[in-house]
Amino acid sequence: MEVPMIVKLSAGLATLCLLTAPVFAQSAAKPTDPQIAHIAYTAGQLDIDAAKQALEKSKNKKVRDFAQDMVRDHTEVNKQALALVGKLKVKPEDNDTSRALTKEAAAKRDELAKLNGAAFDKAYVAHEVAYHTTVNGALESTLIPSASNGELKGLLQTGLKVFQGHQQHAEHVAADLK
Amino acid sequence: MTPKRIAFIASVLSLSVSARAETIQVTIDKLVFTPAEVNAKVGDTIELINKDALVHTATATNGDWNANIPASQSGQVVMKKPGAADYYCKLHPNMKGRIVVAP
Repeated sequence: MEVPMIVKLSAGLATLCLLTAPVFAQSAAKPTDPQIAHIAYTAGQLDIDAAKQALEKSKNKKVRDFAQDMVRDHTEVNKQALALVGKLKVKPEDNDTSRALTKEAAAKRDELAKLNGAAFDKAYVAHEVAYHTTVNGALESTLIPSASNGELKGLLQTGLKVFQGHQQHAEHVAADLK
Repeated sequence: MTPKRIAFIASVLSLSVSARAETIQVTIDKLVFTPAEVNAKVGDTIELINKDALVHTATATNGDWNANIPASQSGQVVMKKPGAADYYCKLHPNMKGRIVVAP
């Protein structure tokens, strides 16, 4: 019995869909190394910018010390990240996640700009806890597992330990402000 | 007791302490204190060698002592009291270690 052309075609299409769907789903969910490098660098730079705003506005010693720690640590980690991407000849590539992070940070900066004194300190430190929690979650669940280069993965793993430390440090400062 | 005699006793005491005191090294690499637990005696110095390009501290949880450790340098702290002391890094509190100090 001859199989009608339409059946053959749809069977062919179904096979094609089965093959391409997982690849597409994977490429949509799994960032590439150039994208991962861009996301990690951007996340660090945004935290430096937030710390600089805190250093302009806050008079609280613990908050200022924390902000200085953030500038120093994230500057160093990003320096190492830039050195690594240079060595690996990876060109960081802008992407939706980096853009979303940047947009969110700009909104937060505007919101914090309206606050002063203890209200600013509390809001800044609370945001630092939340921000590091989010970035650490992304590092653990997506960025580290997706990184294909071993050295990039290693730097992200060290970065995660640094940022987990920052998260706990921020939680301590938040507790002190209460 | 004459001042001279006090000075003599003090120098003998400090000599005997320095002769017995040791320096115990703890390395910090990628935010980990290694070894995580060390044994020391009262008077020993703990030298913390920081291989990270980040500033760390070694701070006793009970607040008894603190060492600031600059990036890629080392810091020292002398154990003055017997007992077990947990410590951490104030800047990255997920870094933890323990020193057991014998009298």
